[in-house]
Amino acid sequence: MGRFRFDLLILLLAIHWSTALSDLVISKLDRRIDLTSQIVRMSLSLKVENTGPDPVSEVSLTFPEYQAKNLALLMAISTEGKGKTKGFSSNLPIKVKQPDDSPPSLIWYAVSLLKGLGKGESLTLEVLAVFTHTLRPFPEKITQAEAQLFVFQDSAHFPVPYNVKIQSLTVKLPSENVESYTKLENTKLSGSEIKYGPYENLPALSYSPLAIHFPSNKPFAVSQELVREIEISHWGNVQVTEHYNLIHGGAQSTGEFSRLDYQARPNVRGASAFRNLIAMLPPRAHSIYYRDAIGNISTSNIYGDSSKTLLEIEPRYPMFGGWKTSFTIGYGLPLRDFLFQSGGSRFLNISFGSPMNDVLVENLTLKVVLPEGSKDIYVSIPFSAKQSRETKFSHLDIAGRPTVVIEKVNVVPEHNQYFQVYYKFSNLSLLTEPLMLIFGFFSLFVACIVYMHADFTISKTSASYLAKLQWDEVQATIQQLHDIINHCLAIHDKLEASLRELSRTGDVQACKAVRKSADSLLKDLSKDLKPLLAFLQSSPQAAHILPKVEELVVKERDLQEKIMLKHTTVVDSYEKKSGGRDIENRVASIQQKITALKQEVDDLLEFVEDI
Amino acid sequence: MAVPVDTITKPTPASSTSTLRFAFGNVLAFFILLLIGVLAFSIRLFSVIKYESVIHEFDPYFNYRVTQFLTKNGIYDFWNWFDDRTWYPLGRVIGGTVYPGLTLTAGTIWKVLQSLNIPLSVETVCVFTAPVFSAFAAWATYLLTKEVKGTGAGLTAAVLLAMVPSYISRSVAGSYDNEAVAIFALIFTFYLYIKTLNTGSLFYATLNSISYFYMVCSWGGYTFIINLIPMHVLLCIVTGRYSSRLYIAYAPLVVLGTLLAALVPVVGFNAVMTSEHFASFLVFIIIHVVALAYYIKGILSPKMFKVAATLVVSVGLVVCCAVVAVLVAVVASSPTKGWSGRSLSLLDPTYASKYIPIIASVSEHQPPTWPSYFMDINVLAFLVPAGIIACFSPLSDASAFVILYLVMSVYFSGVMVRLMLVLAPAACIMSGIALSEAFDVFTRSIKFYISSLSESLQTGAGDIVSGNNASPQNDVIKTDKREDSLKERPSRKNKKKDKEVVEKPSVKSKIEKRPLVLPVEASFFALFLTVLLGAFYVVHSVWAAAEAYSAPSIVLTSHSHDGLHVFDDFREAYAWLSHNTEIDDKVASWWDYGYQTTAMANRTVIVDNNTWNNTHIATVGTAMSSPEKAAWEIFNSLDVKYVLVVFGGLVGYPSDDINKFLWMVRIGGGVFPHIKEPDYLRDGQYRIDNQATPTMLNSLMYKLSYFRFVETDGGKGYDRVRRTEIGKKYFKLTHFEEVFTTHHWMVRIYKLKPQKNRIRGKTTKKSKSKSSSGTPTSGTRKKNPWH
Repeated sequence: MGRFRFDLLILLLAIHWSTALSDLVISKLDRRIDLTSQIVRMSLSLKVENTGPDPVSEVSLTFPEYQAKNLALLMAISTEGKGKTKGFSSNLPIKVKQPDDSPPSLIWYAVSLLKGLGKGESLTLEVLAVFTHTLRPFPEKITQAEAQLFVFQDSAHFPVPYNVKIQSLTVKLPSENVESYTKLENTKLSGSEIKYGPYENLPALSYSPLAIHFPSNKPFAVSQELVREIEISHWGNVQVTEHYNLIHGGAQSTGEFSRLDYQARPNVRGASAFRNLIAMLPPRAHSIYYRDAIGNISTSNIYGDSSKTLLEIEPRYPMFGGWKTSFTIGYGLPLRDFLFQSGGSRFLNISFGSPMNDVLVENLTLKVVLPEGSKDIYVSIPFSAKQSRETKFSHLDIAGRPTVVIEKVNVVPEHNQYFQVYYKFSNLSLLTEPLMLIFGFFSLFVACIVYMHADFTISKTSASYLAKLQWDEVQATIQQLHDIINHCLAIHDKLEASLRELSRTGDVQACKAVRKSADSLLKDLSKDLKPLLAFLQSSPQAAHILPKVEELVVKERDLQEKIMLKHTTVVDSYEKKSGGRDIENRVASIQQKITALKQEVDDLLEFVEDI
Repeated sequence: MAVPVDTITKPTPASSTSTLRFAFGNVLAFFILLLIGVLAFSIRLFSVIKYESVIHEFDPYFNYRVTQFLTKNGIYDFWNWFDDRTWYPLGRVIGGTVYPGLTLTAGTIWKVLQSLNIPLSVETVCVFTAPVFSAFAAWATYLLTKEVKGTGAGLTAAVLLAMVPSYISRSVAGSYDNEAVAIFALIFTFYLYIKTLNTGSLFYATLNSISYFYMVCSWGGYTFIINLIPMHVLLCIVTGRYSSRLYIAYAPLVVLGTLLAALVPVVGFNAVMTSEHFASFLVFIIIHVVALAYYIKGILSPKMFKVAATLVVSVGLVVCCAVVAVLVAVVASSPTKGWSGRSLSLLDPTYASKYIPIIASVSEHQPPTWPSYFMDINVLAFLVPAGIIACFSPLSDASAFVILYLVMSVYFSGVMVRLMLVLAPAACIMSGIALSEAFDVFTRSIKFYISSLSESLQTGAGDIVSGNNASPQNDVIKTDKREDSLKERPSRKNKKKDKEVVEKPSVKSKIEKRPLVLPVEASFFALFLTVLLGAFYVVHSVWAAAEAYSAPSIVLTSHSHDGLHVFDDFREAYAWLSHNTEIDDKVASWWDYGYQTTAMANRTVIVDNNTWNNTHIATVGTAMSSPEKAAWEIFNSLDVKYVLVVFGGLVGYPSDDINKFLWMVRIGGGVFPHIKEPDYLRDGQYRIDNQATPTMLNSLMYKLSYFRFVETDGGKGYDRVRRTEIGKKYFKLTHFEEVFTTHHWMVRIYKLKPQKNRIRGKTTKKSKSKSSSGTPTSGTRKKNPWH
């Protein structure tokens, strides 16, 4: 196996390297490796002493290349002196610093100390290294019923380029079961922990390979791709959308998948599969959704309290080794919990990685979409990541929303730290979009009004247009004429009504008064009628309807006369105190004519109306 | 002065107030229409609220996939799209075989929204296309009915259409199918036709052709239009209603419409070559002859005309006979008489079940039952006769058209339950007219009563003069007016005048010469009953929208004592396929699931819901009905890697593959005669219990459905759909292996075992099964059509 060959190489080289940086001596090195999840966490505690004459400002740590390429995170904290939690300790800057004559299979990391370590002084370095992809499934393919086994390889001695006085290693396994492990001197298995060491007086870069083969059924959820989009709306919401491309990174499942077996004994016939994932969302998260490309996924649950919101999601199917899925979760957060103001600019303070427990993200793309019109954007992240800018267009945007894109590979839960995006944004810009809408609708209505009232004829002099104009006038005239005739008819009705009143009350004077007023009104109306008729006669457009209109006017006048006649007759009769029968006889002939005329006038009116 | 002399300025005080009143009425109608649109849209959102915003059923998934392609690749790639992910290994020319109207509509909407920076997904646009277009359809109904019987009837018909269950069933949010836009196009085309007929305007005639073009783009049902309109034209000619307006309404439609229709790739030369379109050309000739006759009649004296007529008719008859004879000969030379299968099954309802099992196997192509009429158009079924009567008084060109439309659609809906959708607008229009007329009569009676009441208060008992001058109807109006004028005259005479103007035309135009006045008690009661009827309709429609028609059918729910239970097995299986198989793997399933598999799982399928190749479907049917080994060979020859079956026996999902199995046998047997339906039936009964035939129990479908099923309930193997214990309980699969089964076992996916596993020392059994399955040599050759 290639790796073992490398190890051998390192071992050989280590002998030549024994004296290079011997000014520093590590008096005690404790190493704990946590193998309980897919992410391997190695915590080191080094007690460094300067035995040389010159002050030292850097401590070098070395990792074999196969580990270094999977190193997701390396953090170091120094605690000076004896006291364990004495003083404020912050992350020390670490950078790769490869000496020219170093073997290629070793990667060097230089931890810069806050202040130089003088002669005889000592300090304790707490280092946390997080590795991904270092657990190798073995066998690589298993069936549904088999347990998942992993091999972990490392050295029992941590290869520091300094002499180490005492060194020990503790490996924590997920369970008490171990398939096999390398037995060196001073190796002890107790419970779920394997202890190597203590080893004393090891030379620099000493190396002693070990391998542990153990079962693990922890979820090996690896998100090959995660796009997190954080969109800020100053109307009070921070919308987070996360697109996951998930794979079960453990041993490949092979052969049949039997739902029956899985349902009957899920812990045996599906032990290596995971059913659900738990995302720890910030408190007061709302509008949570969970879906994929083909719709909502109905298997999810939310538990919430004042400190957090737990979202338990279940992929559409149980995830066996090598099975993939993809889904999207989204949630809204209250703006005031994440957006703050400092000295004229605002900043968003939100956590970096995925909210899922124990999910390894291979490629994380984080997009922070700032409101349209944001300026002076500046990002502060506690670790290195690739940054770029783009513009996103969304609802009612004109210039687009400035978007900060942050890309990072191998993101582990330890990266889930707060980062800040600073920007400047004027509150007035908030109003642009509503104003735009208002203006849009306003102009729409204005356009409607203009359209209704303006004349959009192309040629104002064409014959048909002029004819149309004239015809409009004729129509308007006829409408007026029609109104007048109707008015006349109403007066006729009134006269009739007065007659009935008369027959009831016998009040001749009132009836006469009504007639008088009606008479004057009718005269007025006929006066009004004259110019209209004159216009119609003059207009060529009205030629074909003129006869009818004239007939209408004539008939109406006729009717008017007849009704007047009837009215006077009846009133006269009443004055003469004639009997009801007598009156009826007298009026009968006029009444007949009136009915006939009324009918005619009605017909004509209808005709005129249709014009 | 009451009226100014200046007649040039239009808005005189009197007329301006009247226009104001008209405007008010228009605004009211506008807002009512707006609300109808909102109603039509929102009643269809039950599916989104109760389930989710997702594409429904089968065909919509295909349309969705096509729309995705269109939005991603643009219109030119769309026209040239050869889809190699379906009908493997044949593929399908999508651009030339799909009605593009719906897709282009949704694609355009999406494009417009994108250009306005409204980031809606294609899926969202697709989901909400149908509700939006049903609002449009309601408005189109308003326009059409308004042309026929006035605004009141129009508004009523629009309300009815907005929530007619039959249409809701095809246009709920997510039901992204051709019918969703086609019904709008259908009604709108009819409206434009009627509008042209009423106005004689060439502008509307052109619009009509364009609208017809949109209809052709959208749905195969356009043949309904191109046959109905000629029928109406013919009816008008026969009843002596020919006019130049009729000519303008019809001739441009045929010429422009046919030219435009031929532009749609899926129609192409069918627009002139198939029998569905012949009626329109025939009538086109007839209308020209008639137009000529009328013209000649106009220039000749009656006597001369008679002579000319006999001459022309005798010559014309001879020519016509010759033409018809040629046509008949041409048509008769083609096997289907130039008709497509679906059209033929419309003309002869028994055609499909006799010759085309694929058409007959689709449940929506079955004739409807009476309850489905009640379910789908509800009380409209009772209102329609009243509407027909109302249309006959008086009979106009437009109302004759509506009656014809109704009669034809009633016939078609009686043949295919799916065409109930065409009936629904006709029923709505008729019922709208009926309801509006009824309201008219009732309210008029009540108004008459009220006015006569107030009059009797005024004039007392001795009313001698008014009795004899007019009919009671006229009296209503007159008294009404008198009331007004008497009250208002002293104060303002102008106002009163225009009131009359408004009142008079509105009341008068509606009232015919013989008015109908009912007793007031009767009209109150009838009004109450009518409102009750309407309320019942609304309740039923809302129920239908909420309960009956909103299920997306890919997600099933059931209410049990411990709450809502969701069966999301289909998407579970499709998601699994899409993430955990190779991109080029071929998945075989019965054709029902073809569209969904290509759209949701993005895997190549052998057959899908576009049942264009009967042989291919028969191959899959044959494989499903064959024993395992023969099936493996067929599938292997088709490069199939996975076989998907739908199984409802565990949870009681009735439309699973075992219930569809007989159709597979029938369709398979139709092409490959070694599959015989009686082999699968015991005494003519289809069963899967221990009485089932060995052929049935050894068929691939049985085995894939019931593989290890017996272990779920401890050795009984009780099938909850068929309500029986299964016949063969313990068996192993030799050529297939289970790779995935969903949570409720509704979808089971099997993988074909690789070839080497085939030879496992079972040569003796193999030969035995071969000999038992009939004539070995011809059998194997037939079984495997790709070799």
